[in-house]
Amino acid sequence: MEQIPQIPKEKFKLVHDENNTEQEKIGTPSLTYMQDVRRRLFQNKVAVVCLTLLSIIVLISVFAPIIAPHQPNVQNVTLSNLPPKLGNLNIPGMNGYQNMGGKMVDAYKQAGAPKGTSFILGTDYLGRDLLSRIIYGTRLSLVVAVLATLVDLLIGVPYGIVSGWKGGRTDTVMQRIVEIVSSVPNLIVVILMMIILKPGLTSIVIAIAITGWVTMARLVRAQTFQLKEQEYILAARTLGESSTKIATKHLIPNLSSTIIIQTMFTIPNAIFFEAFLSFIGIGIPAPNASLGTLLSDGQKAFRFLPYQMWAPAIILSIIMIATNLLGDGLRDAFDPQSSEH
Amino acid sequence: MTKYILKRIFYLFITLFIIASLTFFLMKMLPGTPFSNQNRMSPDQLKIVKAQYGLDQSVGVQYVRYMVGLLHGNLGTSFQFNNEPVTSLIGQRLAPSMQIGAQAMIVGTVLGILLGAVAAIRKNTWADTLATFVSILGLSIPSFVLAVLLQFYLAYKWRIFPVALWDNFQSSILPTLALAALPLGTVARFMRTEMVDVMSSDYIELAKSKGNSNWKVVTKHALRNSLIPVVTIIGPMAVSVMTGSMVVENIFSIPGIGEQFVKSITTNDYPTIMGLTIFYSFLLIIVYLIVDILYGLIDPRIRLGNGGKE
Repeated sequence: MEQIPQIPKEKFKLVHDENNTEQEKIGTPSLTYMQDVRRRLFQNKVAVVCLTLLSIIVLISVFAPIIAPHQPNVQNVTLSNLPPKLGNLNIPGMNGYQNMGGKMVDAYKQAGAPKGTSFILGTDYLGRDLLSRIIYGTRLSLVVAVLATLVDLLIGVPYGIVSGWKGGRTDTVMQRIVEIVSSVPNLIVVILMMIILKPGLTSIVIAIAITGWVTMARLVRAQTFQLKEQEYILAARTLGESSTKIATKHLIPNLSSTIIIQTMFTIPNAIFFEAFLSFIGIGIPAPNASLGTLLSDGQKAFRFLPYQMWAPAIILSIIMIATNLLGDGLRDAFDPQSSEH
Repeated sequence: MTKYILKRIFYLFITLFIIASLTFFLMKMLPGTPFSNQNRMSPDQLKIVKAQYGLDQSVGVQYVRYMVGLLHGNLGTSFQFNNEPVTSLIGQRLAPSMQIGAQAMIVGTVLGILLGAVAAIRKNTWADTLATFVSILGLSIPSFVLAVLLQFYLAYKWRIFPVALWDNFQSSILPTLALAALPLGTVARFMRTEMVDVMSSDYIELAKSKGNSNWKVVTKHALRNSLIPVVTIIGPMAVSVMTGSMVVENIFSIPGIGEQFVKSITTNDYPTIMGLTIFYSFLLIIVYLIVDILYGLIDPRIRLGNGGKE
């Protein structure tokens, strides 16, 4: 066996002595769960775009009285069914010209509108400004969505927690009720309620609330079942914490991701229901605008005045698409395993 | 299994009973009567008419009568539509609704599976983006908006299909498309998630490493295993198709039960509303039951006995 030659000590040298501590340091601050979620959400470009779009729509509806150029319900029959016109800009389709018997005619001049009048999205059959009506209609749809979500949270979450927490017979009875409620098609319950109550905002919210909480309650219950077995809950129980306190202090924070994600799917649902009910004529009563009533008015004149249907249809679709995609983004952000395969 | 099915059928009847009772009392709470616009009727005539429909009895008697009738498959007589029995009213209108509903479900599911599979296999490519975009559109655009647009462009402007007609297969294409969008979006999305999961599993790796062609791996292993969970969303899909059919039938003037339902709401025709409510619920519960049984048959790992509890 060959002897390994001795290496003189001077040949060893510490590399980057001064940087050593720097390298060993943990660079990024540790993130809490919510910070991590936020970071993942903002990395998702689609979700950010949707969030921005929705924020703009929400802001416009909140400040509707300031932003809307006209009163949404003021009628002016002489100026009815005017096509879109954007100032004096001569953009085809937005210049106030209309096809009448094969010829393009300035509809504004024909209606005898005062000089300088322009409606960006045109007017409807009663001469009401379509843009203002859409802004107010969106506002109404969002109000329905917010109220429906609130009810969802106020009924669905406690119901699910109680059912999951108590277990046993209470759970069985509560689950039977959920089963029965969910086995009737949502829409039928909503329609029945709309027939009994007077049409209007309150009835729509009540009708949606009666059926809407079921999914939330189910999800929360299933999650509570799992959380119940966790050690920290056992610890809290052993320490003599009351059930209400455990629910609010330990369960709800841990349920928050489920609740937020489900909320993002409640919102488009509520908006769809409102539009649907108004579309078949048992939703928001005239003259108030909602996306559903605008669509149903637009549909009647769609053959000749397609812009009256296009505008609300596009807005409704954008809201639905954006909430759905944002919901997806939130789910990925809360539960990274669901997308990172 | 048999025990489970029997139990489910028992629950089915209880649920139906509760739904029927609820609808009955809700209808009794309604303001106004179906005869309120016949102002010219003298009190005597009104009495005769009410007696004819059994409305002169107390609510309790009416309830028992209705329930007994229900047991015999009698849903009462319509107030508005030529005094026809509600059952025959539903019977006449069932075929078009069923045809469109079934077509929409089939078209939506098949296209959805294809779209989802393509998206999963070509994950993170333009094909995936396109497929995801289409499925989001299908999910988000309300069926009634889609129906109006299809009607305007494909039927009125380009005259490819009839505008609003119900006679041959051609007239059923547009309503089918309008209704198929939602199932298509739902299935495609679900399918993609499932298949991405399956494609990264060990047995797919094994199948690939054994030298199978890509096509064979996908059709023989990946597709089959991803399809199983899709069965579970048939139930919710059926609901959405039913919901959509109410307006879509109206827009294309198809003589179906959805159109009938909307019509009876606007005319306060209580017996028809009640009958259709019970009928819809019945259909839905049956669909859910079949789906659950199917799921148990396809995937024996699912224990039906304990109702899916952990």
